[in-house]
Amino acid sequence: MRKIKELRQSLLISVWFMFLTFPIMVIRVNTIDNIIEWRWMNMIYVGLGSFVFSFIWRYLLSKKQSGAKLLKADKPAYLLPMQRIFANPWMQMSALFFIAVFAVIFPFVFSSYQINIMTTALMYVVLGLGLNIVVGQAGLLNLGYAAFYAVGAYSYALLNYHFGIGFWTALPIGAALAALFGIILGLPVLRLRGDYLAIVTLGFGEIVRLVLENWNEFSFGPSGISNIPRPGFFGIELNFEQVSAYLYFLVIGICLLAIFVIRRLQNSRIGRAWIAMREDEVACQSMGIDMTRAKLTALALSSMWAGLVGVIFAAKTTFINPASFTFLESAMILSIIVIGGMGTILGVIVGAFLLILLPEYLRALSDYRMLAFGAAIVLMMIFRPQGIVTVSRRTYQFSDENHAPDISTK
Amino acid sequence: MPQTFPQNKGSVLDIVNLTMNFGGLRAIDAVNLHVKQWEIVALIGPNGAGKTTIFNCITGLYKPTAGDIFIQPPGRKRKRVTGMKIHKITKRGMARTFQNIRIFSNMTALENVMIGRHCRTKAGVWEAVLKNKRTRKEEKDIVSQSYNILAKVGLTQAVNELAKNLPYGAQRRLEIARAMATEPFLLLLDEPAAGMNPYETKELDELILRIREEERISILMIEHDMKLVMSVSDRIYVMDYGEKIAEGSPSEIRENHVVIKAYLGEEFDA
Repeated sequence: MRKIKELRQSLLISVWFMFLTFPIMVIRVNTIDNIIEWRWMNMIYVGLGSFVFSFIWRYLLSKKQSGAKLLKADKPAYLLPMQRIFANPWMQMSALFFIAVFAVIFPFVFSSYQINIMTTALMYVVLGLGLNIVVGQAGLLNLGYAAFYAVGAYSYALLNYHFGIGFWTALPIGAALAALFGIILGLPVLRLRGDYLAIVTLGFGEIVRLVLENWNEFSFGPSGISNIPRPGFFGIELNFEQVSAYLYFLVIGICLLAIFVIRRLQNSRIGRAWIAMREDEVACQSMGIDMTRAKLTALALSSMWAGLVGVIFAAKTTFINPASFTFLESAMILSIIVIGGMGTILGVIVGAFLLILLPEYLRALSDYRMLAFGAAIVLMMIFRPQGIVTVSRRTYQFSDENHAPDISTK
Repeated sequence: MPQTFPQNKGSVLDIVNLTMNFGGLRAIDAVNLHVKQWEIVALIGPNGAGKTTIFNCITGLYKPTAGDIFIQPPGRKRKRVTGMKIHKITKRGMARTFQNIRIFSNMTALENVMIGRHCRTKAGVWEAVLKNKRTRKEEKDIVSQSYNILAKVGLTQAVNELAKNLPYGAQRRLEIARAMATEPFLLLLDEPAAGMNPYETKELDELILRIREEERISILMIEHDMKLVMSVSDRIYVMDYGEKIAEGSPSEIRENHVVIKAYLGEEFDA
């Protein structure tokens, strides 16, 4: 009985899909010969495809449901097999060692094209980590993150153009300016959260981009700023290859710094306050947390990283214009953390590499990039809404009777 | 009857003519209320009488329309806290729990209590990143103090458990532990026994008395469970339609005709 019901359902689905795709897949109007081609074979393909696919879909859904039941029964948090393997400290150390060795020899082995896309991916890792402070930890949805990125990039470009300020001086200035912009955005939106905050930040991102696009005297409009100098290396002129490797190591450095700082923040008094704020704003204030301050700190620290990467971006491409800082950029960074796993450092790294490197290596299929991207996000939301890497809270072991905590992280 | 306790006559919380309007509705009408040091005071009344509104005014969630709230922590100066920001009030020593539990569900029990230590610790962004000796010590202290507080409410087994996975009674106790972690001189409990079974209520009864005994603090609580109210409180305030209709010791309230009529019903016997 059940089999027949399943079959009937799949049949219905396939008929429905054949009907839906009929106008685009079957009919083709040939305007040159003024005839209509009927491609009936396509209809059969769609029918068969959706028939099979609906079976797979239902199988996965049912598997997911039984999995959820199993979860509730025994374990509080489900970890990926990968995560379980890496819970072993020895495995962790050796994996880290291999990654470190690979990262160091990378620029000497691969072409400058490879180095460039790796640098880009690493820049997105930092951007993701930065946005993750606000979205993953403090629970404030920010859709205008690219604006802070733009602030960093333009502060280097403009300071260099007008005052000849070098890369290393511009780096902290760009970060500070972006942090300042974070606070400026934060002040009016302190009372907002959820959807409302998302709309305001979206608007903020667009405002920054439109100002850059239209205020010609200030930002040179859509034509942008070119001839931005690459970072200097103690006054030595580097050729193109060397600059790529240099930037690569620079970004690796920033990346490590970001991971270090954000890890420390996560397990600190401030980091806990952010998570409490995400969980329950009223209770968080009632527990004596100054929410205004916690929110502004989160926004400033998060924007700071965008500013930092912005300066590097300007130096790397030597040309910037407002088109690099559209909403799509913000959405990309947000997708990185949503797909990777909100609130986790490892997740953001995995997400950034997936979303930035895959399209580069699959250039042959670039026509279908957005299609695959959309499908991936839909599937993600259905089957693993928490992201690839799940958050596991820090645990503490209390060994002896006098309650001296022997803190161990997990 | 509650056991006699060294009564200090100084009052730690004074509420004078507190009035709160929501549009045209008067939720609280010129209520006077005070809590003395080491006292357990219950605030009772039918649903919608304005009890939680009073709590929200005291803890800064609402800004009262009129009236004043004064606090005088033991050994400190008397201070007006009307309309002060929520976190500042907590820092001055009043901590609360909520009618419908508001724990941080995706944090562990221990982390929940650690949040309570926030307003008594200092480490900022720099300290978090640099993690010098002082910060490491502070962090270690937060952990061990929080563990001790959890031990007091009997939740040592659940230290690393996510708060949302705890049973209901344990969540209530966790909320009390979290409030205790802010080192209050006055603990405000909003229906701590709501949804508890008789056994859990009895445990709560003991817990409340023990907290007063060990921490030497005052407790103001809203409660509907008359057995609990009568057994732990030193004094009781009764509210109805935003007004205070009676106050007195449990035995006085039990015999008060206005209260019996307005709230407890004619055939009340507790």
